[in-house]
Amino acid sequence: MQQVITESKKAFMTGNETAAWAALASGADVMFGYPITPQNEIMHYWTRLAPQYGRGFLQTEDEISAGFTVCGAVQSGKKAFTATAGPGNVLMQEPFGMAEGMRLPLLAIIQQRGGPSSGTVIYSQQEVALTTFGGNGEGWRIVYSTATHQEIYDYVIKGFNAAWKYRFPTFILGDGYQAKMREPLEMYDPETRGIKMIDTYPLIGLDGSITTAEREPQHLCNIYSLEEELYDVVLKNSAEYKSISPEIVEYEERQCEDAEIIILSHGVVSRAADDAVKALRAQGIKAGYFRPITLRPYPEKQLRAAIAKSGAKKLLIAESAYGQLYRLTRQEIYGETIKMETLFMPGVGIIDYDIISKVKSIF
Amino acid sequence: MQAVAPATPKSWYLPTKPHKFCPGCGHGIVLKALGDVIDELEIQDKTIFGCDIGCSLLSWDFFACDSTQTHHGRTTPVMVGIKRARPELITIGYMGDGGGYSIGSQHLLNAAVRNEKVTLILVNNTNYGMTGGQMAPTTLPGQKTETTPFGRDPELTGYPTKGPEFIAQVTPDNAYVARATVSKYNQLRRFIRNALRNQIEGNGFSFVEVLSTCPTNWRTNAQQTWHFLEDEMEHYFPVGELKNPFGKGGK
Repeated sequence: MQQVITESKKAFMTGNETAAWAALASGADVMFGYPITPQNEIMHYWTRLAPQYGRGFLQTEDEISAGFTVCGAVQSGKKAFTATAGPGNVLMQEPFGMAEGMRLPLLAIIQQRGGPSSGTVIYSQQEVALTTFGGNGEGWRIVYSTATHQEIYDYVIKGFNAAWKYRFPTFILGDGYQAKMREPLEMYDPETRGIKMIDTYPLIGLDGSITTAEREPQHLCNIYSLEEELYDVVLKNSAEYKSISPEIVEYEERQCEDAEIIILSHGVVSRAADDAVKALRAQGIKAGYFRPITLRPYPEKQLRAAIAKSGAKKLLIAESAYGQLYRLTRQEIYGETIKMETLFMPGVGIIDYDIISKVKSIF
Repeated sequence: MQAVAPATPKSWYLPTKPHKFCPGCGHGIVLKALGDVIDELEIQDKTIFGCDIGCSLLSWDFFACDSTQTHHGRTTPVMVGIKRARPELITIGYMGDGGGYSIGSQHLLNAAVRNEKVTLILVNNTNYGMTGGQMAPTTLPGQKTETTPFGRDPELTGYPTKGPEFIAQVTPDNAYVARATVSKYNQLRRFIRNALRNQIEGNGFSFVEVLSTCPTNWRTNAQQTWHFLEDEMEHYFPVGELKNPFGKGGK
C-alpha cells in the first residue's frame, strides 16, 4: 500500500480533515458514509484524497446501510470505517450491535452534536451514553474520547489497531468543535513512530478451496437457536472484554497528589479543566485534574486511586451534557464516598471561567 | 430405501442436512436450484452467501460456501459492503419478502439504483413466516394473516408490493430482474443462473423474486397449498424475466 505521509510534518487543519488523513495513514481501504453535520468534511476530504491512494468510498442510502456495509467489508478482510453524529449515531447502533455480537473490527468516528433528537448541528457531549452502551448489547466497545487534533490523528491510528487486535467495535468520540476548528498538529507515518499497523484478515472469502477440501466453509453466526448458546457467547465475550480492558484503558491525571478537589472531564472540556486547575492553583486552591481518555473501558481503578491518594473531599464532574459522564462515572466508582459536584452545560461549550466559578461556589 | 435418490448439489453442506424448513415449505426448492447453479457455474469457492433474519435465516449454514448472518432487512448492505471491498467474490443475498420489501426496502431500492454488482434472491410467500404469519408487503388482497384476521383490505393497507416490477423501473439495462416460482423448477434454476451469470460478468444488479409456499402459516393442505401458489399468487404476480441483459431466452 502506498505510503501517505513520507516525512512527519506540521499541519494546521480542521479535526475532520485530520480524521481523513489519519485514516489514510492508517491504511484504511474503504469508507462508507452518509452526510450528517458536523462530520461531513471527513467524507469530503476522504473522497478527494482516497482516489490518489487507491482507496474506496461509497455514499450509502442512510447510516444503517453505512454501518452494515462496513460490517460486510471488514468481514471480507478490508480495513473499513465510517463517521457519523447525532441521529446518524442512533441509526448506526444497529450495525454497531452486529459488530459487537459478531466481534467485527469496525471503526467509527463520532463527532457529537446537540441532542436529544436533531438537537443542534453544532456541538455537545451528549452521545456518551449512546456510544458507550448503545444498542441491545453489553457495551463491548472501545471508546476513545479525544481532546485535540493531535489526539484525533493519534487515536484514529490506534483505534484501527485496537479494532483489529481485539475485535471489538472501536469509536473515536470527538465533537462538533473538534470537527470544525483548526489547530496545529503533526502528521506522521505510523511505522516511522514504531507503530506497527496490524495486518487485516478475512473472516469469509478465505484463501484455500472448499471444493478440494483444503478448508472448511466459514459460517458466521449472529443469532442463536438456544438460550444456552447465546449465554455461553455472552459470558465468553464479557470475560474477554474484561481481561483485555487493563491494557486498553487510558487516562490523564495531573496534580491529584494533594488535591482537595478533583475536576473530572473528558474530551474537549478537559482542556478547559486543565486551564481551570492551573488558575485555581495560582489562586491557592488545590485542584487536581483527571480525564478518562477511554470511556469504555473506563479507568475505574486509576480514578479510585487518584481519589484515595489525594484525600480529596470533592469531585467536580464537568460536561457538555446533562449528566452522561456523571452517571457513567458514578456507576464505575460505586462505593466511593467522595462528594460529587456537577457542572452540566448540555450542548454548549465549557471554558475555564465556568469551571473556576463553579469551584469557588462550592469550595 | 429409494432406488434412485434425488441428486444432491455438491455445494450443499451435508452436515446440516436434512434442513430445518417446515414440511411443504418452498425454501428447500429454491436452495436446491441455487445449489445446482453454484455447481454448474463452479463458483462454490468464491461465493459468499448472506442471509436475512426470518425463515431465510435457516439457510445460513446450508451451503459449503462461506456465509454470514445479518439483521432483519440488512443483508443487502452487508453484501454490498463485501462486494465493494472484494469484487472478485460472488455475493448472494438471500431474504424474504418482509426483509426485502419492508424493513430493508430502502437498501433494496438504493442498491438497485446504484446497480450494485450483487445477486439478491427474495423468497415471496406472502407472509412473515418465522414470526408467526403476519401480513407482509406481498399479502394478497383478502388474504387472512395474523394481523389481517379478516383479510387484507387494500383500502387500509394498500396493494401487494410488486418487487421485480419496481426494481425493473429503477435499474439500467444491464441489470437482471426476474420473478420465478417454485412450481416451475427448471425455469427457476435458469433465472437464478442468469442472475449469477450477470454478476460474474460484472454487468450489474441481479434480482430474482421467487414465489414460494408456506403451508404452516397459510394453514393449507398439499392441494390447497399448490392451488394458492399456482392459481392465486402466480395470477397476481406474473412469472418471467423483466430485464435480461442476455436477451430473450438467455440460457
